[in-house]
Amino acid sequence: MLENALRGGKRYWGWIAVLLAVIFLGFLAYLRQYGYGLGITGLSRDVTWGFYIAQFTFLVGVAASAVMVVLPYYLHDYKAFGKITILGEFLAVASVVMCMTFIFVDMGQPLRILNVFLHPSPRSLMFWDTISLGGYLVLNVIISHVTLGAERKSVAPPRWIRPVIILSIPWAISIHTVTAFLYSGLAARPFWMTAILAPRFLASAFSSGPALLILFCLILRRFTRFDAGDKPIQKLAEIVTYAMAINVFFVLVELFTALYSNIPHDTSHFAYLFLGLNGKNALMPWMWGSAVLAVGSLILLFNPATRHRTATLVVACCAVFASIWIDKGLGMVVTGFIPSPLEAVTEYSPTLPELLISAGVYGVGLLLITGLYKIALSVRRELAA
Amino acid sequence: MSVDRRRFLKIAGLTTLAVASGSARKALTADAADSTMATPPSPPLTAQRWAMVVDIRKCLAAGDCRDCTLACHRVHNVPDFGNPKDEIKWIWQEPFERVFADQEYEHLEEALKHAGVPVLCNHCDNPPCVRVCPTGSTWKRETDGIVMMDWHRCIGCRYCVAACPYGSRSFNWRDPRPFIKELEPEFPTRMRGVVEKCTFCEERLARGKPLACVEACKHKALTFGDLEDPDSEVRALLREGFAIRRRPSLGTQPEVYYKL
Repeated sequence: MLENALRGGKRYWGWIAVLLAVIFLGFLAYLRQYGYGLGITGLSRDVTWGFYIAQFTFLVGVAASAVMVVLPYYLHDYKAFGKITILGEFLAVASVVMCMTFIFVDMGQPLRILNVFLHPSPRSLMFWDTISLGGYLVLNVIISHVTLGAERKSVAPPRWIRPVIILSIPWAISIHTVTAFLYSGLAARPFWMTAILAPRFLASAFSSGPALLILFCLILRRFTRFDAGDKPIQKLAEIVTYAMAINVFFVLVELFTALYSNIPHDTSHFAYLFLGLNGKNALMPWMWGSAVLAVGSLILLFNPATRHRTATLVVACCAVFASIWIDKGLGMVVTGFIPSPLEAVTEYSPTLPELLISAGVYGVGLLLITGLYKIALSVRRELAA
Repeated sequence: MSVDRRRFLKIAGLTTLAVASGSARKALTADAADSTMATPPSPPLTAQRWAMVVDIRKCLAAGDCRDCTLACHRVHNVPDFGNPKDEIKWIWQEPFERVFADQEYEHLEEALKHAGVPVLCNHCDNPPCVRVCPTGSTWKRETDGIVMMDWHRCIGCRYCVAACPYGSRSFNWRDPRPFIKELEPEFPTRMRGVVEKCTFCEERLARGKPLACVEACKHKALTFGDLEDPDSEVRALLREGFAIRRRPSLGTQPEVYYKL
């Protein structure tokens, strides 16, 4: 099956070349970081986690969102998702690989990363996050390999794979829950210490991930002979609609608790995000942008006319994705550090090497998605022929 | 420790006896005995629970004294990068209103409000940094409660930095060695990519020496001792007047007390 990824036209190889160039640039930047240390990033004593960890957090959501196609298809026998389930699982595989790479590039001593297994500390949520992410990757690789292999031979998948698929459903929930717990168990950071962080993460995941999947389906429809069909796309759009509505509701709940209680430790972080604090307001335009995109996307999604029209659906999906990327990929992590426990308002912005490395990691993910989707579509085409 | 060394020397001596001539053996054992006699190790300072009391009034009276910081940073090879981004700090001054944000109010005594208060790792009884560390490279010593660090096991994930409610941990964003002003050969330097913090001078306690900051403070503002010993100096200070701790509501049980 893998050989299918090595066959393609000019456009396919052109795209692969672009991705390889981005990855190569990222790798060069990483070598510089490896030589100099993380001081090459915009991080500092006050803001110790930044762009890398934020991308990790965001992509865990994209990975977890595969459950939104797997669950209806396997648990409720929703046949319309039959064609795209594999796309969701492959997206999960690529996202988890990106998550792990982002963690890796964020380590001060990357060669010691095996210490997590050599000296396992079950009290640390990071230990459980490693287990859940690694396990989810293995599950999805096995499931997609077995189901696609069976499909290629036009036979039913073996019976033993069903319990594995069923297991992958709560496992998907677990990866984002454990990632949320990584943050929400810290008394030192009131911005993160909220019981609805895990539900919030899941709601944002179940809107941003399927939104991306819709966009991928539409891209495939445009550039390849694969057509997912209108029914699954519209069903995904409904999932995006309600998950996004719940996500926005959760954010408002958080704002209410912090602002009405008026506890300075809790309000100051939100003040920094939306109004600026001590004259520092780098994230303010982004966060208002995210809010506008969220409301705009909901208007487009709730209105059946705009949800059914491909052009407006594309706009809505891009808006959902961008809104949540800003919220998690920019605002969520660094704001936990601003202000610091000693009330220092130190701002953070990623540096060029940091952005290049991040682009390289996204390049790896896109390369994986491209290759895996190519394999899936080639298998389908062989069957159709 | 000294018993171990003696036993080691005994075994080494017996081995030598088996292979070497009598006279050579005599010379060797005499040498070894001489060297142990030359530097009698002072007994290590021990406690059931180490704690520190900082007398803020004395710091206030001392103005912008930085003796504790300078001494600590010198003996521990803490680098000076000259910029806040890469900064590494073990003990340093912060304004009172920031150290005790929960205690801050409008009509707080003006002199106190902006006064520099020394802050350091609180060596909590219930340290969040230990809980979150994925490799056990930071841990609490059961014998005396010191929160320790293993720079050789640290993977540089900085989870402990996120978890510490006191901002007591620093990270080596870049190679610290070129920025050490005056190298102290008795203490290891660190490499880039690991976290570090104050360890209550555990290496000095082991050699029977007082903490570097306590020793350096001319104003006797810092007192170190055994919290479990009712006759200790720290207990006497805590008995004599009110002392506060940083963010007690978090339940970390910090063991650095501030006398007002």
